[in-house]
Amino acid sequence: MPYRYKNSASPRQQGIVLSVVALFFLLFAAPIAAPSQDSEKPVPILTGSIGTFSFVTGGQNLIDTQINPILLVPLGDRWLIESRAEFEGQFQRPLAGGPYQGPVTKHVDYAQIDYIASPFVTITAGRFLTPFGIFNERLYPVWIRFLQPDPLILPINTVDSDGLMLRGGFPVNAQASVNMNYAVYVSATSIGIGSVDSGRQVGGRMGFFFPGSRLEVGGSFQRTLQDARKNAFGFHMGWQSLKAPLSVRSEFAHSFEGSGYWVESAYRLSQAHFWQKEMRHTELVARAQQFFTGEISPDGAAALGLPSANTREADFGVNYFFRDGLKGIASYGRQFSSAGNANQWSFGLAYRFLVPLGRVGSQP
Amino acid sequence: MKTTLHTKISLTLLLCALTLASGSAVFAGPPSGGKSSSTAAAVVHITDPDSMRVEGEQRFRANCGRCHNAPQKFPPRMMATILRHMRVRATITDEDQRLILFYMTQ
Repeated sequence: MPYRYKNSASPRQQGIVLSVVALFFLLFAAPIAAPSQDSEKPVPILTGSIGTFSFVTGGQNLIDTQINPILLVPLGDRWLIESRAEFEGQFQRPLAGGPYQGPVTKHVDYAQIDYIASPFVTITAGRFLTPFGIFNERLYPVWIRFLQPDPLILPINTVDSDGLMLRGGFPVNAQASVNMNYAVYVSATSIGIGSVDSGRQVGGRMGFFFPGSRLEVGGSFQRTLQDARKNAFGFHMGWQSLKAPLSVRSEFAHSFEGSGYWVESAYRLSQAHFWQKEMRHTELVARAQQFFTGEISPDGAAALGLPSANTREADFGVNYFFRDGLKGIASYGRQFSSAGNANQWSFGLAYRFLVPLGRVGSQP
Repeated sequence: MKTTLHTKISLTLLLCALTLASGSAVFAGPPSGGKSSSTAAAVVHITDPDSMRVEGEQRFRANCGRCHNAPQKFPPRMMATILRHMRVRATITDEDQRLILFYMTQ
């Protein structure tokens, strides 16, 4: 009887139990940060960005004004509640003439709670930005991005996720010359763009950062868990030159919705020998990108925000940083597509704000 | 067949978890006296203020510059929140968070 009892659990159940035990060990075996001193106790913050832009595409002007507030509420030494909303108005003059008009939309990009379980694992629950590539999670805010027009492939697999995620970053060798970062998630319900579609998916992203050469490379994967159970994957890289104020970033994505890539760079004119005060604040930016249609219909692509035909685009621009968090932007792009070629101009201002919601210490 | 597949998946998860867990044990190193336990993940334990400042600046430029230009310094309690946010958002390491916070609040 004892023998039979010991083996009454199926191999699947045994495996799950072992996995849970191992996961528990992983999360709680390593020591955690010591409690913060009062002077360094984190305070809730309201931050975010405000931007107003004019996009002229094929002669049609679109005025885009958006506010993206982010609320950060730290709890204790291990918890963080964070949320970002987007309020965006897009106004166009009707072809028949008349005043500018258009929709004002609001959306919660993420509302999540994070628990720093160990130096290696942070547990996130709630609605979060899907970690597919790096643009959606890290480069999306208007005050961060090099160029204001979205990359063509941005809509691929970047619909917000609702579920659970494990993520973290840690050094992988004794010299800490390589840091590994990862994110794995399961999403139970995702709300589609402009609809009430729901879906289930699992996925992850893994990257390696080499601080010495300031190079980051990585890949992403996602699998939908309903219908045809499609797979999607992508790669990303980022590099900063140590010898010049130059940054290069790139992403590639492939899914049944389409595939493509973008490469962009920014060069700060801080090494110019003339007008040094102004040049230090000036940045030249460029992006090249290409999109290939997938297995979905042109209407389906348009609903997701993807081009309805194979498209190539090159953009050039200049950013001027008036001061920390405030920049003016201007760019020109040319889009080549079987659906028609078009010029795209953009002008505008982006501002990042940051307000403490409590008493803070003295400025260092 | 299905059971075998589930067993394989479970064993793979188990192997991954144990690998990461054993990695944590290796990188955690010996205990260094309570207060510096936040450096558990660090391989190089830097405690000298001058070294921390220099190392913090290097890590600040390497990590923060991956996405955006260097921001100005903010009061310590605000920086603590920002760094915690960045730890989650940009998956910076525990040691990077500690050293960058030290550099940005000096």
